[in-house]
Amino acid sequence: MPVTSNDAPVRTLTSPTVQLLSTDGTFSPSESAAEFLPYFERLTEADYRKFYRDMVVVRKFDTEAANLQRQGQLALWVPSHGQEAAQVGSAYATRAQDHVFPSYREHVVGMIRGLDMVDILRMLRGVTLGGWTPEEHGNFHLYTLVLASQTLHATGYAMGMQLDGATATGNPDTDAAVIVYYGDGASSQGDANEALVFAASYQTPQVFFMQNNHWAISVPVSRQSRTPLYLRAGGFGMPGIQVDGNDVLASYAVTAKAMDDARAGHGPSLIEALTYRVGAHTTADDPTKYRDPDELAYWVARDPIVRFRSYLKGLGVEQEFLDSVDEEAADHAADVRRRALEITSPDRSVIFDNVYAEPHPLVVEQKAWLDAYETSFDGSES
Amino acid sequence: MTMQETTAAAPTSANLPMAKALNAGLRQAMLNDPKVLMMGEDIGPLGGVFRVTEGLHAEFGEKRVLDTPLAESGIIGTAIGLAMRGYRPVCEIQFDGFVFPGFDQITSQLARMRNRHEGGLTMPVVVRIPYGGHIGSIEHHQESPEAYFAHTPGLRVVSPSNPHDAYWMMQEAIASNDPVIFFEPKSRYWPKGEVDFTAAGTPLHASRVVRTGTSVTVVGHGAMVSVLLQAADLAAAEGISLEVIDLRSISPIDYTPILESVHKTGHLVVAQEAAGFVSVGSEIAATVTERAFYSLEAPVLRVSGFDTPFPPAAVETHFLPSPDRVLEAVDRSLAY
Repeated sequence: MPVTSNDAPVRTLTSPTVQLLSTDGTFSPSESAAEFLPYFERLTEADYRKFYRDMVVVRKFDTEAANLQRQGQLALWVPSHGQEAAQVGSAYATRAQDHVFPSYREHVVGMIRGLDMVDILRMLRGVTLGGWTPEEHGNFHLYTLVLASQTLHATGYAMGMQLDGATATGNPDTDAAVIVYYGDGASSQGDANEALVFAASYQTPQVFFMQNNHWAISVPVSRQSRTPLYLRAGGFGMPGIQVDGNDVLASYAVTAKAMDDARAGHGPSLIEALTYRVGAHTTADDPTKYRDPDELAYWVARDPIVRFRSYLKGLGVEQEFLDSVDEEAADHAADVRRRALEITSPDRSVIFDNVYAEPHPLVVEQKAWLDAYETSFDGSES
Repeated sequence: MTMQETTAAAPTSANLPMAKALNAGLRQAMLNDPKVLMMGEDIGPLGGVFRVTEGLHAEFGEKRVLDTPLAESGIIGTAIGLAMRGYRPVCEIQFDGFVFPGFDQITSQLARMRNRHEGGLTMPVVVRIPYGGHIGSIEHHQESPEAYFAHTPGLRVVSPSNPHDAYWMMQEAIASNDPVIFFEPKSRYWPKGEVDFTAAGTPLHASRVVRTGTSVTVVGHGAMVSVLLQAADLAAAEGISLEVIDLRSISPIDYTPILESVHKTGHLVVAQEAAGFVSVGSEIAATVTERAFYSLEAPVLRVSGFDTPFPPAAVETHFLPSPDRVLEAVDRSLAY
């Protein structure tokens, strides 16, 4: 069964795709996984439980946020359903000192880095263009809505880490690196390619984590590339690894190695995580107009949470834990919902206040004019 | 060696071409602040195609003077990342017409980063763009795209007309916590002028009267200022007194000297190499009409490049505003 749609070259989840868990959740490392096994072996059962918890919590959050949009409480929602393993696995491979540049679908990465999910909803509710302060939220940078723009910001940031001597000193507890998230659609952007050129040139401490979810809104990945995307890395002069992005353990292991290599001064690498956007691109999209239901069924059968739950059950993780996670996810979603509805609109001064760091006469003048104009109506309706 | 020789004071002024004054300004900014970086194509050992960064690579090394891959979006995009990390990158765009591959990063990212971060971030990035005609070059090498950037909220846009301003404005632009698009009039790179190293004299965003007069106010920036001064000389021979204002800053525009002058002369001509449609000159004409309507004795007139692509160099003298074209507009203004 091909994992890409329409007339793309047929690729199956076989070597060299790195996989640790087969689709039924049994531990069955692919041949290509050998060099990543030491990274997998760092994990304890407590880590597994965190991985599982976060995947379940964000799945439920995702559903709740889509509901909020349908109820008119959000302008838009961007579902991550189906991509939880790629995101959770890669996020746990980062360390406190690392910096994370997301695209706009990496909600659980933000959660793992310490972001309150309500902060993500603030932007989508239309009360801010940003939503949080990266340095106070696990160095999780703002969402970037122009595809691939953030790949260059990430590369520049990583160049800055090099100039600061904040990386490659040989101390794994302090050496830092950057991970940047983008997707199969964004891989066609000039900026994504320029970022790879700059990263290779300056040997930045950086991981390009590309989630190939197979669809750029309605356009299949076959229109973006006639070659598996991870193979492009070689053309830029860096390692490229394809991982089963619905396998949270494999996603963790390949990213842990790539981030370790980056922090140690071995340069950038590219990870292509094969996954699937089970939901719509956004709540404004209707995938039934362009997607084959059989393809969706194929991927739903490879659900990352179901797979990992099977693995945990095989390890003897008690049902009580699994149930408690469902309960926690429901509580979290309800809490986010309650607080999302309490988000208040900002004062109109946000139109003007942060455009410039130093006063700009035009903006100062226009703010004063708007204040005078709007206050002129005060008390006029009696 | 005597004590006096070792402690000899640095010269307080020098007669320099603008390219050298810019170079001195960049060097001083790098000495003042170790976070200042240079980035661009061919700016290292070559010193840039116009040699504006000459010697900086040798003095400060490749960590502070980065020869980048040949990709303008990459230059601006990585400069944004470096600024997030606390650096103050100065990006050289090799020629005016080559800025557009970086336009998205400038307008959608650089200009908006601070606003998107609700003030929690500054973007002290300078984008240097050698601009304008008069050098007889090929397509994409003689353009004046300042209006695109002046139209973009979040950017500041400046352009010096002489070596002294070039030296000081460059340092002030680098010290600014907002992104600054710095248009260098490349036709003025080589004429020399006196640079006073002791004081800037005029703030970065102030416009300035560079020749007083009584008949007609003429306003321009960058390379156009020397054209306006030539026009003023020619006009004086005919008994017409032009007051010449060097705009210096295109965003924001400092209207105070312009309005004071218009109140005095009642006539305003705005000159620019850029196409006139939706231009900086159009903006000045609209604003002065709003603010000095009763002082005006004639409509504000624009002298511009034509609304065409910059032509082949063989006919550029027909395209670019000349002193005579400025005087034609002066005559029309006075005829009202």
